[in-house]
Amino acid sequence: MEDLIKIRGLSVRFHTYEGIVHAIEDLDLDIRQGETLGIVGETGSGKSMTALAILRLIPYPGRIESGSIAFCDRDSGGELELLKLREDRMRAIRGNKISMVFQEPGAALNPVYTIGDQISEVFLLHRRQELGRQAKQRVDGLLSDGNGLAASLKRPFWHWQRRLYEKIAQESNPFEPRFLSHLPLFRRLLWRLTDEAKLLTVDMLKDVEIPDPARVAIHYPHELSGGMKQRAVIAMALACSPELLIADEPTTSLDVTIQAQMLELFRRIKVEKGASVLFITHNLGVASEVCDRVSVMYAGRLCEVASVEELFLHPSHPYTKALLDSVPMPGKELRTIPGALADPLNPPSGCRFHPRCPNAMPVCQQERAKLKEISKDHMVACHLF
Amino acid sequence: MTDWKFMARQLVKNPLSLAGIIIIAIFVVLAIFAPLIAPPPEGHLNHYMIPRDGYSATPQLPSEEHIFGTTEGQYDIFYGVIWGTRSAFHVGLVVIGIVVAIGIVLGSLAGYFGGVIDEIIMRITDIFLAFPALILAMAIVAAIGPSLRSVMIALTVVSWPSYARLIRGDILQVREEDYIEASRGIGASNFRIIMRHALPNAIYPTLVMASLDIGAVVLAAAALSFLGLGAPEGYADWGQLTSFARNWIVGPSGDPLRHWYAVTIPGLFILFFVLGWNLLGDAFRDILDPRLARR
Repeated sequence: MEDLIKIRGLSVRFHTYEGIVHAIEDLDLDIRQGETLGIVGETGSGKSMTALAILRLIPYPGRIESGSIAFCDRDSGGELELLKLREDRMRAIRGNKISMVFQEPGAALNPVYTIGDQISEVFLLHRRQELGRQAKQRVDGLLSDGNGLAASLKRPFWHWQRRLYEKIAQESNPFEPRFLSHLPLFRRLLWRLTDEAKLLTVDMLKDVEIPDPARVAIHYPHELSGGMKQRAVIAMALACSPELLIADEPTTSLDVTIQAQMLELFRRIKVEKGASVLFITHNLGVASEVCDRVSVMYAGRLCEVASVEELFLHPSHPYTKALLDSVPMPGKELRTIPGALADPLNPPSGCRFHPRCPNAMPVCQQERAKLKEISKDHMVACHLF
Repeated sequence: MTDWKFMARQLVKNPLSLAGIIIIAIFVVLAIFAPLIAPPPEGHLNHYMIPRDGYSATPQLPSEEHIFGTTEGQYDIFYGVIWGTRSAFHVGLVVIGIVVAIGIVLGSLAGYFGGVIDEIIMRITDIFLAFPALILAMAIVAAIGPSLRSVMIALTVVSWPSYARLIRGDILQVREEDYIEASRGIGASNFRIIMRHALPNAIYPTLVMASLDIGAVVLAAAALSFLGLGAPEGYADWGQLTSFARNWIVGPSGDPLRHWYAVTIPGLFILFFVLGWNLLGDAFRDILDPRLARR
């Protein structure tokens, strides 16, 4: 399978007053076309930062220090180096080719706009030309059908609108509509674009199985339940049929029953839209449900990457083993990993896991292990191998 | 549209906010219909200049001809207060409008981008805030020459920093919200995020402060006029009318309240105007509080 995203040697550091925090260190990770790749790890292991680095949205004072993220665009066929892209080209990718679902569905929706407004915004940002084309067809329909006094009065405006929409449909950012959209009254000439976006929005809401989508679209976020909000957020992320959907703990804040529905939704979307999904979670059960491959991160470094069956049946890295052991099971005493998560300001030397590792060797204190392929598609970074 | 109905209902429900609306509505009517309520005499060129009936210094008691009496220099008080309503709205709305605009631009730039931009803008506001507002305003008016326009410029200069600061603080808070991150995630530009996502969530405290401040600005303008730093002599302006009455606050010995009307009537107009805006501002705060349950 072709790789959609190739991350090589990615390092993210936060320059804080207390010192430099190594959020991600020398990360190599591939996301293949059409697969669901899970990232599991404890809080602070750099899962979310990996996702934000792909979108280049690392918050201040964090910085991407080195590395490369190559993105294979299915439509243009070319390979884009995301970290070297100009900011405006990057904006055209965010929400369009790569989009993200956030953890808190309530907080990710702007409280002052309706659900419909917020999803339409994605279309208005990235699908202007198509919207222009559809709006033009609609005006053409009016021009050929319109009879009577009212229609003949409105005719000049329709002609003007038609010309504007034609321009929008042809060019990427034409001058006249852009200029008019800043003028209070003339802005209204472009209302059909918003209308077309609203229609697409309703379709999108139907796609994520929201009952009565037209009515939900005019509701404000606080009027919906958590599950509905998360569906709306997913609809927003899927609006432009992205090639990569990044889901940052999308089920963490939901009830278990809603969680199951969401996982089902993710699975269906992946099959229908052929998108790759980067699924970030700290819940191993959830990861085993949805993912094709799973990667395990610890303190900003990758420990192990393997297919789901391989990882759960033959965990090789001591940290992965410890994680799987600490999953609560009925009738079994809960085992925890001894010690505390590595201090990100003063990380342990060598392998970051060695102070807590049952198999630690002297070499673990000095040298970090390179990622090695121990069997087909199973990579481990440990001195044991 | 249900939001508008909701707001209207909230406004009317509270007796104090209703009082505020009624007071301001009365002033609006006075300002709009000033030419009908206090018709300027024939051949009077500038309607904002108060017609005078002689040149005697002693105020005249209310009479048929001058229903609120005349003040020092025989300026008609009734004409002055009615046309002064227009001056008050003019000063209050223009100054607050400009100040809010400056505050939104500078405050959101500073709050959203942070770093060096924030540092520069905020240090400039600190410099302005370091001076006592009224004294700085007096100095500015004295420097550029007393007139109503100078008063407005001076009040703008002294009041924009607090708005820039307020908006910066609110933007700073909103900036950390997930939905701002999410809008960045759908590919919105910085300008779009500020205008569409950050400001609508951060603007409410500013609107409340603006409505409260319209009264305060009019009060400050009246204070400057009282000190002789305002409109030219004879211009219809409440501050000026109180200034004319400065020597007549206490009447001749044996009859200290003889010229009460000269200072009390313009004073009451100022008082009610400021009170009206304060009540309205409180009402706005109640309505715009997002924690208030809707429906």
